[in-house]
Parts: sequence; structure tokens; C-alpha cells
Amino acid sequence: MRAKSLISTLDFTVEEQDDILSLAGRIAAAPGDYGHLMGGRIMASLFFEPSTRTRLSFETAMLRLGGQVIGFSESASSSAAKGESLSDTIRTIDKYADLIVIRHPKEGAARVAAENTSMPVINAGDGGREHPTQTLTDLMTIRQAKRRLDNLVIGCAGDLKFGRTIHSLARNIGRYKNVSFIFVSPEELRIPTFLRAHLDAEGIRYEETADMERSIGGMDVLYMTRVQRERFFNEQDYIRLKDVYILDTHKMRLAKPDLAVLHPLPRVNEIAYEIDRDPRALYFEQAGWGLYARMALIAKMLGGAV
Amino acid sequence: MQRLVNSIEKGIVIDHIRAGTGVRLFHYLKLDQADFTVVMINNAASLRMGRKDIIKIQNIIDLDYTVIGLIDHNATISVIDGGLIVDKKKLALPQTVRNVIKCKNPRCITASEAQSAHIFHLHDAGARVYRCAYCEDHIQGFEI
Ligand SMILES: [Zn+2]
Repeated sequence: MRAKSLISTLDFTVEEQDDILSLAGRIAAAPGDYGHLMGGRIMASLFFEPSTRTRLSFETAMLRLGGQVIGFSESASSSAAKGESLSDTIRTIDKYADLIVIRHPKEGAARVAAENTSMPVINAGDGGREHPTQTLTDLMTIRQAKRRLDNLVIGCAGDLKFGRTIHSLARNIGRYKNVSFIFVSPEELRIPTFLRAHLDAEGIRYEETADMERSIGGMDVLYMTRVQRERFFNEQDYIRLKDVYILDTHKMRLAKPDLAVLHPLPRVNEIAYEIDRDPRALYFEQAGWGLYARMALIAKMLGGAV
Repeated sequence: MQRLVNSIEKGIVIDHIRAGTGVRLFHYLKLDQADFTVVMINNAASLRMGRKDIIKIQNIIDLDYTVIGLIDHNATISVIDGGLIVDKKKLALPQTVRNVIKCKNPRCITASEAQSAHIFHLHDAGARVYRCAYCEDHIQGFEI
């Protein structure tokens, strides 16, 4: 049997996922206890396109577990630049390492990698379509802040049309009991039809609104996203829409005292800097939770005694 | 219609093909490479369908029913031997289609990875929508 891989955000059942997240919680509480767990193990970190933030998080995770890392951080230095196919590259590495982490510009690349190796594969982003460990990071952050993943009202604001972190998060956390969504966006950037169809089919409650001030008070979590310039054909549309939902102290005053504000980073201007000092702003802590979530994921995949 | 079927002693008749689809089916089944007689009938009159296409194959061969089901699952298949219909095949939209259609998404890994398989899963039978197993892009039945 092939080792379990994480290619798509719904590959793990809720139980498997909870298992990883609670291990991440235990690691966070006593990181030193896990410093030798992956001793003698090697993770291949294959970044066919650069993503420093994600790569450093994965590599740090493996090193903190006492394992080692091989790999490359851009395809120019890899065999792909010499025209080697992805499946051939993977078949070669198959003899070297115990686990593959792959980032690739093409959609579905992580699945091709998994088909060509007996090692577990973790998708660290393929073509911007799936980025399941970002979702795992988001879930971990919410879990730590709220002590639960069920019975939550999750607000999502900004670019809900192209913001794939939102699509993955909604599909994933929507599996927990009594989770509902408030989607806040301008008309042009509302959630895509496929997500609406998915939520409807699963019977997950949501509302769509353009009014942040009216809706922020009902949220337990607020997930902010950036409106990206490259999505817009007309520069004027971008300029008009990018500032529609800036989170500032005025809006935060209308929010619950225990709201959790998340953002996948980097931000441009959608969260005012003054908010950084607000204890409800968790986006910098998110990176730390992402590290523990990845440590737990690696440990579970390689079957460490935990 | 009976006359056409009867004119085959031994072979396979694919009937009730949606008019205009027969030629594509003919090529997908690689019947252009056959070394036996194959008759392609376009736009035959049909009481039920108005117009239809028919393919008559003068040989009993292994047909790829996945491909036929994918292209037109309402077509009917009769296997003829000794001038009699000895078998009728029921078609359905296949759940999974392997190496028949290719993904049209230029960002899909299957577009650049030569050895990669092309796998699609049925997503919505009513609308005949298939989804690429790699990039999850949708392909509508009528594009196939
Ligand atoms: Zn595809």
C-alpha cells in the first residue's frame, strides 16, 4: 500500500486531521520532547518555484524534529531546467529520501509526484490551486485561539472569488459541526459558483454581504485576504476595490472581544498597522502555528512513535 | 432499419448515435485503421430521433465501451452473429475515463508531462461534466 499523502485539503478525514492538530498542540507545549523524533530520516524539499515562506517552514519543521533535508529551492538549479520530466525527477529522489515536500507551478503536479513514488508526498502548493498545509495552519491557529473547530461563525473578507486559501478553508472547516460563514466582499469578488454549490450540497450555512461594519459583530473568526492587482484587467477596478475592506480600529470596535483575526500574509494595506497591537490579531502567530502543524504532519506521515 | 442490420452476417452495429457524433466515435474507436469492412452512416432517418448516425462493423471485435459511453451513452449496440442479434450492450456514462480525453487547462501538469496519464472522473452525470483528476478542471460532455 502506498503511504498516505496530503495532496488536497480534504484528503484527511476530520479524525485524522484532529489527530495531527492535537499532536501539533502537544509539540507546541514541549518542543524539546520531539527534537529527535525524526532522527535518521530525510525530507526531500522540492521547490520547482520559489516560495521562501513555505519552504523555510517545512525545512525548519523537519530540522526541529531532528531529521535532515535535501532539495532545491528553484527549478533553475534542478534537473527540470534541463528538461527532465517531473515523474523522472521523482523516481530518482525516491531512492534518496523518506518524504517529499513539493511546490510546483503546474496544477496537479503533487498528484503526479505521488503516483511516482512510494514515499508520502506533501503538496506545498501546486499552481495556486491547492495548498493544504496553509489550511492546516489556519485550522491550527483557530483551534488554539478558540479551543474548538466546531460551533463557529467564520467571516471571510476581501477577494473571495480568487482567494483560494478561503475556498480550501471553507470546504475543510465546513466539515465540523455547526460552522457557518459570513462572506464579505464587493459584488465583483463574491465566492465562486463551485464553492456555493459545495456549501449548498453539504448543507453548510452561509450569508453573503457587502457590509463589513454590519456583519463583523457576529463573527468568531475573521479571515482577511488581499485583493491582488494581477487579477484585474482594468487598473481602475483594482484601485476602486482594493481599499473597500480595510480592517481598522473603528471596525474592530464593532467586533467581539474574542474575535480571531487571520491573514495568510503577506498583507498590503487590507489590515491597518494599528491593528497589529490588538490581541485579537493573530496573523503573525499563524506562522508559528504553521510550523507546529507541519512538524506534526511530518511526524504522523513518517510514523514516528508519538 | 431492420434491412441494414440484416445485411450484416456477423459483426457489431452501433445504432441511435446522436446525429453528427458518429464520425468522432468512428475516430475514437480507431475504426479508420480497421482491415475489415466498416460502414459509417450519417444522418439516417429515425422515427425516434429524427436524424441519427449508425456505425456497422463487419467483424466482432473488442470495442471500448467506455469511449462509446462517454461520447454518446444513448447509443445502442447489437452484436450480430449468423444474421441474428446475439447480444445487446447497455451503455452508461463511465465513472472514470483513462487516456481518452485530454485536459484543456494549459496550467495542468498533464499538459507538459509527457508520460502522465489523462484521468477524468464523472462529476455531474446530468450535465455530463467530467473533472480532471489532476487540476480538477471541468470538461463538458459536448466538448468531448
Ligand atoms: Zn487537468
